Amino acid sequence: MSPMTTAVRAGVRRGAIEIRQTLTNAGDFANYIFLPSVFFIVMYFLRGNTVPGTDFSLSTMTIPSVVGLQVAFGGLMGLGGTLIMEREDGTLLRAKAIPNGMLGYLVGKVVMGVEQALVAVTIILILGAFLFDGLRLGSPGAWLTLAWVLLLGLVATMPMGAVLGSLFSSSRSIGFMSLPVMGLIAISGIFYPITSFPVWLQWIGQVFPIYWLGLGMRSALLPDSLASVEIGESWRHLEMVGVLGVWAVAGLILAPIVLRRMARRESGSSMAVGREKAMQRWT
Amino acid sequence: MLALLGPNGAGKTTTIEILEGFRMRSAGEVRVLGVDPAKGDEAWRARLGVVLQSWRDHGKWKVRELLDNLGRYYAPYGTPERKRPYDPDDLVKTVGLAEHANKKISSLSGGQRRRMDVAIGIVGRPELLFLDEPTAGFDPHARREFHDLVHRLSDLEDTTILLTTHDLDEAEKLADRILILADGAIIADGFADQLSRRMSTNAEVKWTRGGQHFVDAPTDATRFVRELFDQYGEEISDLEVRRASLEDAYMSLVHQFESGQGETAAREFEEV
Repeated sequence: MSPMTTAVRAGVRRGAIEIRQTLTNAGDFANYIFLPSVFFIVMYFLRGNTVPGTDFSLSTMTIPSVVGLQVAFGGLMGLGGTLIMEREDGTLLRAKAIPNGMLGYLVGKVVMGVEQALVAVTIILILGAFLFDGLRLGSPGAWLTLAWVLLLGLVATMPMGAVLGSLFSSSRSIGFMSLPVMGLIAISGIFYPITSFPVWLQWIGQVFPIYWLGLGMRSALLPDSLASVEIGESWRHLEMVGVLGVWAVAGLILAPIVLRRMARRESGSSMAVGREKAMQRWT
Repeated sequence: MLALLGPNGAGKTTTIEILEGFRMRSAGEVRVLGVDPAKGDEAWRARLGVVLQSWRDHGKWKVRELLDNLGRYYAPYGTPERKRPYDPDDLVKTVGLAEHANKKISSLSGGQRRRMDVAIGIVGRPELLFLDEPTAGFDPHARREFHDLVHRLSDLEDTTILLTTHDLDEAEKLADRILILADGAIIADGFADQLSRRMSTNAEVKWTRGGQHFVDAPTDATRFVRELFDQYGEEISDLEVRRASLEDAYMSLVHQFESGQGETAAREFEEV
């Protein structure tokens, strides 16, 4: 077996082991369900509201949007945050000290990212099916759309997440990032149809993958009549593939360059400096 | 086993990072196992083992599980004479972590954690192992245990070990050859006993004669003692000969270097 194949296989095992760790650890498992739980509580209180111009429940509309949000958020912030943290604790340097270790490390992270997205989506859909009516969970076509939108979403967001994680130098900067991201979620039509916002806000929202993943998931799980509240009164699959495709291509081109640069800079002393900074934050 | 000895800030870690290929050299030429570390490929990397000053990674992993996973990367680089990787079960025994094999790494004590790092460092059966200040922050017991482990490793098979330390005692105990580094330059190079002979020529001799204690510091202790016996024979008791500690000589050497008289110090040292 070639060294590369070996590394990929070791990476897949690494991913599987880390998945088991997150699923058997109460703290990590809480991370999976924290965000969806908050959304569900909010949605439950808003369950009487309807999507403007229809008699469809706003809460039900929000479920697929939250699925899309979860995929985008997990892909962008999850992988990025892990990279920053594991750079500080030396996991990356360890990978660098091992033949083809970086390859195996990244494969492990991808396996883990895919699994986390699947678990999160499953949890949201199960809760959604129990608490709210109106999702097209019985239709095979819905699942097919969900599957390809999910796949496309992961390819569009995970490489970009890795780029973000390599650009930021410390875990503190992740905190700085969360504010603009919250703003972005607000204008991405997740909790309220994007068509109710001013046009210039709509344009900003449409640059980022959060909006398109929400739209894709709505197209999978909501009745077609709900397309009427979307921009252009359509699910716009073609445009979605276009925008997410651009993100994916950009991410796939940038990620290897940025990751390689980051890996090159990794050394024991740079790690020590990073950790020192992290320690100062706590004391 | 080679020890790179020097005070804090002497350039030990910088040197070792250049050798590991983790840092670019600013000038000069470097060869590690016949390869320039800056251009070392993965096959080259597979022949090295690296143990850094402090690692906190993989806290959620279990000891044996991590050794098994990381060992897999080395399998394609094994040869019939040098099988890679180590069997993880043998390895946990070698580093004395057998009873902790299924514990989480985050639950290990400082000394156990460092032995775990060594286990990871040697999992690929390296030809060259780097240990960067492996016992920094250890209590005496953990330090002794670690020294025993390093001795076992060097006996085990043909692995060259490059160790950095600021502890002279440690260098003397573990290494065959010692390089002393100060301010980025090598100021001494030699085998441990050779160095100690060169650095301190005076030995301390203590003895008792006729119920009286005597102390002297002759230049040639062997000759002094022979003459002592020639002169007094049976009267001598409680004889004790101790080479004046290397440490004092090392300290003054380093001190001179730091106060900017490095070159004279090194020259004096060579002359001795």
